This record gives sequence, structure tokens and C-alpha cells, in this order.
Amino acid sequence: MRLLLLLAGVIALVACGEKTAKTQAPADTSYQETLMTQLLDAKPGDVIEIPAGIFAFDRSLSLNVDGVTIRGRGMDQSVLSFKGQVAGAEGLLVTASDFTIEDLAIEDTKGDALKITEGENIIIRRVRTEWTGGPKTSNGAYGIYPVQTKNVLMEENIAIAAADAGLYIGQSQNVVVRNNHAEYNVAGIEIENTFDADVYGNVATNNTGGILVFNMPNLKQPGARTRVFKNEVFENNTKNFGHEGTPVASIPAGSGIVVNSNDQVEIFDNDIRDNKTANVIVSSVFSTGYSEDSGSDDFDPYPEAIYIYDNRFEGGGNNPDGFDLQALKIATAGPMGRLPDLLWDGYVNQAKPDAGPVLCVQNGDIKIMNVDGPNSNKNPRIEPARDYDCALEKLPAVELTGPLAQ
Amino acid sequence: MRGLVAFALLFLVSCAGEDTLTPTFHAGENPEMLSAWGQLQVGNGALTLSEGVTPYDLATPLFSDYALKLRTFWMPEGAATYAPAESFGFPVGTVITKTFYYPTTGGQWTGAVATGPARTVDSDVMALDGYRLIETRILVRRKHGWDALPYVWNDEQTDAQLKRTGAIKPMTLHRADGSREDFAYLVPNANQCAACHATNATTKAILPIGMKARHLNKRSTFAPAFEQLDYWVAAGLLEGDFDQDSPAPKNADWRDETAPVNARARAYLDINCSHCHNPDGAGDTSGLNLEPDATGPALGLCKQPIAAGGGSGGRPFDIVPGSPDQSITLFRLETNDPGAMMPELGRAVTHEEGVALIAEWIAALDGACG
Repeated sequence: MRLLLLLAGVIALVACGEKTAKTQAPADTSYQETLMTQLLDAKPGDVIEIPAGIFAFDRSLSLNVDGVTIRGRGMDQSVLSFKGQVAGAEGLLVTASDFTIEDLAIEDTKGDALKITEGENIIIRRVRTEWTGGPKTSNGAYGIYPVQTKNVLMEENIAIAAADAGLYIGQSQNVVVRNNHAEYNVAGIEIENTFDADVYGNVATNNTGGILVFNMPNLKQPGARTRVFKNEVFENNTKNFGHEGTPVASIPAGSGIVVNSNDQVEIFDNDIRDNKTANVIVSSVFSTGYSEDSGSDDFDPYPEAIYIYDNRFEGGGNNPDGFDLQALKIATAGPMGRLPDLLWDGYVNQAKPDAGPVLCVQNGDIKIMNVDGPNSNKNPRIEPARDYDCALEKLPAVELTGPLAQ
Repeated sequence: MRGLVAFALLFLVSCAGEDTLTPTFHAGENPEMLSAWGQLQVGNGALTLSEGVTPYDLATPLFSDYALKLRTFWMPEGAATYAPAESFGFPVGTVITKTFYYPTTGGQWTGAVATGPARTVDSDVMALDGYRLIETRILVRRKHGWDALPYVWNDEQTDAQLKRTGAIKPMTLHRADGSREDFAYLVPNANQCAACHATNATTKAILPIGMKARHLNKRSTFAPAFEQLDYWVAAGLLEGDFDQDSPAPKNADWRDETAPVNARARAYLDINCSHCHNPDGAGDTSGLNLEPDATGPALGLCKQPIAAGGGSGGRPFDIVPGSPDQSITLFRLETNDPGAMMPELGRAVTHEEGVALIAEWIAALDGACG
């Protein structure tokens, strides 16, 4: 009975029907050539202004010149609509450094809305990415997707209805994700294989999982050192509409904050409530359905040094996703009870007995559900926080550098 | 009839004198018309290569919606430099062209195209009766590196115009089995050219993709008495040390049924995928490597997706040995959904024959995913 896997079994790929009833003015296709030419002709230092209006595109846009700013008139004013897209895997693909994008919206792309690869000094600010038909499996994977980037600021963005993650940062270094709003995505905010990320001031609600800190195998770099603090993570209870086979498809609906196989993660000072499976989940890759022979030899599947303190928990755990977790809840807490705020799959790296604690919890009297994954869930048990009472050295704040320095 | 055609060709060649274009290197500016490059010209129902312009082809080519391709290169002076694994080196001034064309199905051009073999090029002339030129892409080696430029052929089929923003061409594919399928043929914009040709996503340097020993190492189509690379050496177009003792690597022809399925499939994945899916390419975000030497999870064997989204097709692993229907790779080759399909660019219809080959290859793989 693997914790997440057992939940994955019941995931039906159902769209939620949360439709944003918007009256769309007829889209203006003539602008496509204009913007595409501006992107092709861009020089370092250029500011490309997107006027107010809804502009239609039938193929993806790309930029590969450093030092360019793309600026709209507001995320509800300047809308790039890809509803009629017939070619290209993204809305806008950026392969450049010193890039700023702000105050616009990217809607209804076939694949990812905004993908930025292999750049440094990236600012993504007040950008809205949305699939306007609400959560659907056929939506694109990522809303805002910087990958293999360094020194990145994502702030005040809104990401809605991505079939994978709304705001996703992968294989990156030195990242601040603050004051964003992620709603109706499978994963609201996901930090994956990334070093040194601060995730704060965000609202994650109505996603399947609110905020995820993951490490995946087979990639160039693992990740570590993420701080998740001062966020509001509530009611992330949307049925999982991710594609089967993708890592997030194993996230149970009702997951607040999920740490998977990542190290040195601090979760503190958050308001976490009413996530019906669990407010916080800490797990290893063994619990995600990710096969063991899929991993690279140097991949560390165990979460280590996860420090949870001073969060405000409320509700949640009352209606976990999947038959087995339901049964677990009824067995341990009764039909009217709830699972504890923290679920842990119980995997500890036996080969590294001196590695230090997997989990330190200094968060009042919350309880921990140890589902005993290593023993095939034979002895799942609720444990008091005092069993996990330890302190870890706190991580320093992420300092953005160069042009992004405060 | 045949005599007439031959006569017509003779006429074309013999009277080409005054109007023959001269291959030209433009070091900085991007000419508005393809003819300004002087690599090839169209007239009297045929496409003619200029003097010094060498046609070439690949053992296994990239699939581009069944478009046929005429590839050429020209160097103002000097020679290309052989490399066993990487793209050959070319002197500044080199111009590589790739002309995309289709067999048409009727007299009037309506966007209806068919499938079929490439036209023969005879004494640098390719007859165009029943064929339609769509676009010619230029790769030019300038001082700072390679630039990529898309030219779109005009309705009159007399010249092609620079279209840096690319284009969508509505077409209807008439398959060999009689089925018809509307599709949106994509002429890439200049940035999209780089999306494939910047094979190292970190340096972002644009390089030719097909100009590698393993793709070029085949019998010459255009000088059939020679191996293609030997011919280039003999003609002074290529310098380098490969010989019987250190032979050039060689990819299979994906259609060659006498070759092992493994070699054919790996050649197909190499040319169609590894410009992104190599250890330094744009596709390295997924950890998938489809170069000829890749093995294990990096090759996709029992590898779970990273950021595939809908590209997983609901399947668990990139490649499930023995089970093409469970393999994400096959799904991504089959689907025409722009958000899920592979390659991401340059394909709008399914390459059924290519899919069949990869399915056959996966079906024959041993092993199981745990």
C-alpha cells in the first residue's frame, strides 16, 4: 500500500467544470505577425510593449535574444490567446537571459503557456496563465515554467487550470517565488530539482496539491534548500486531472504542501487548512509510483532534513483521496475523525544512519501519521510531534543577485 | 515522350548561359529573395543547381510531413572538415539549402499533396512537372556562426521570399492508401529554426543537423559510383582522416529492410529527435537522450516522464520493452496534438511508416519495467 500510489489508483480523469464565464471579444489575428517580428528583431535592451486587447495566435512564439523585456498593459488588459493554436508546443518559449515579462496574460495554449529555459536573471511578474475552460486533462502542462535557469523572480502571477503545475520551476538555482496565486491546477506551485528557493506570500487554493517540493531522478541536478513560508495553502481539493504517468498524477486530491525526495526543506509560518487528504505530506520517491528501475544510480530517493515549525493548521485530513487512505482514516480516527496534519511515508535511508533526522517538527501538538511504507504499510500509526522534536539549522534567505538584487 | 523531356532539359541547360545565377555569400544582410543567394533557380519547369552547388542526402532523413527535400551545399572556397561525431566544420561563406517540395495531385495547386520518392537530380537539374515547391531554408555560415533563414516559394513558383516570421500553409495530404487528411504545414520562423538547430541549448550556437558523418555515410545518390563522403573528398569538398582503419560511423537507412530493426529505429530516433534529446540539447530537461550511443533510462527504457504533461498519453514509461502500446515514445510520435506531439516542430501529420518501425523495434525489445 504505497501512500500516493494507492491514491493514484482511484484518480479518474474528470474535468471539474469550473467555468469562468467570460465574454470574449472577437480575437484579433493581425497582431501575430507584428509581435513575432518584434521578437525576431529584438535587441538587448529592447522593451516590447503589448497593447491592450485580445490577440489571437495560431503558432507558438519564441525569443532567443538576451536582455529583452516584454510588457503588457495588465494581466486582464493584454491577452495573448492561443485558442486557435495549430503548431508549437508552447505559447511563448524564451531561451535567453536577462529577461523580464510582466503585465499580460497567456491563455489556452496547447502545451505550456510560458517556458523559459537556460537563462539567468529572469523576472516573471504579474503574468496570468490560464486555460479558460477550467481544469481539464487536455489543458497544457505548465502555466509558468522556468527550467534550467538561475537567479529567478516570480511574483504576483496568477496561474489557473494547468494540467500539471501552475507555477513550476525545474532544475534551477536561486529562486524567489512570492505573492503569486495558483488555483485549479493539479499542482499549484512546484519546485523541482532546484537549489535555494524561497516560496512565500503565495496563495495556493483549489489545486489538487497546493505547493510541491520534489526531486525527480534521471535529471542533471537534484535539488535542496527550499523554504516555504508565509503562504496560504487551503482547500486544495480539486480532483486530480493530471495525465496518468506524470509525476503529479500521483498526488492525492486534498494535499496542502508535499515534499518528495527533496532535502533541507523548511516549512514555517504558513496558514494551511482544509486540505482534505493532509495538510502536509512528506514522502520518498518510493511512494509516488515512480518505479525503482527508472531511477539513476546516483539519485537519492529519501527526503532528508525536512523542518516543519510554527505553521497554523486548521481542518483537513477529513476526507482523504482514495479507498486505502479512507480506510486508514476510519481505522485510526473513526468515520468522523480526520487524518493528522502531517503524513509521512516512513522511508529512512538505512544506508546512511548518521545522515541526521528526516523530519523535525516543532509545531505545537500536531500529530504525524506514519504510514509505514517500508513495511508495506503493516503498521501505520499516529505519532505525537514530540517524537519528532528536533531543530535544524535554519536556511539563509535566498538573495537574488545582479540585476535582481533588491 | 521521354525524348522530348530530354530535349527540353538539354534546351534548358544550353540556354541557361546568360541567366545562370552565381552562388553568392551575403556576409551580413539577409536578401529578400532566395535567388540573390544564387544557389538554385527555377525556370522552364525545372529546378537547376548553380555551378559548384553540391546536392547531398542522408541515410535516414528527418520526417517533415512527407515533404520531399533537395539538400545542397556550396562553399566559396576551402573545404569542410570531417568530424566523427559532431557536425562537420565549414568555412565562412558556406551556404546550405534545403528545399521542401511535394508531388501534387492535380494540375491546379489547391494545397493537395501526395507522398512519393524524391525526384532525381540529373546533371544538376530536377524536373518539377507535377511537383510543388513550398519553401527553401538557408543555413549560412557567417563570421559569427550559422544563421538560419526561411524562404517561401511564391505562387508563380519563380522565386522564394524571405519570411522570417514563418507561415502556416493549409494542405491536404493524400496518403498512399487513398485516405485524405487536412493539415497545417508549418514554415518555421527564424527563432524556430534555432529551436532545432541550436543542438546545444547552453551555447545556443546554430549548427547544421544532417551534416554529420553518420548521416552522410552512404552511397551517393547523385554520383552513384561513389560513397558520398569519398566523393566529397575526391572533389576537394571534404578534408579529414577517415579510412578503412578508422571508418566513418554510419547510420542505417530507416527503410532498409535488410538492416537490423534496432539500427533502423535508432537511426530514425537519432535524426528525428537527438537535435533536442541529447545530453546538452533543449530536450535535456527531460533527461532523455536519443543519440545512437544512449542506453538504459536515458534512452527511455522504463523511464518515467518528468514534465510531459499530456505528452505522457496516460502511459507509464517512455519505452516499455515489448509493449509499444504502453510506451510514451510511440504515443508522442503518433499524436498530432501540438501540445503532446514529438517532434514539437516540423510535423503536423503522423509518419505512419516511421511509427510502425518504432513500434516494431519496441515490440522486439527484451525486458520489463518494475
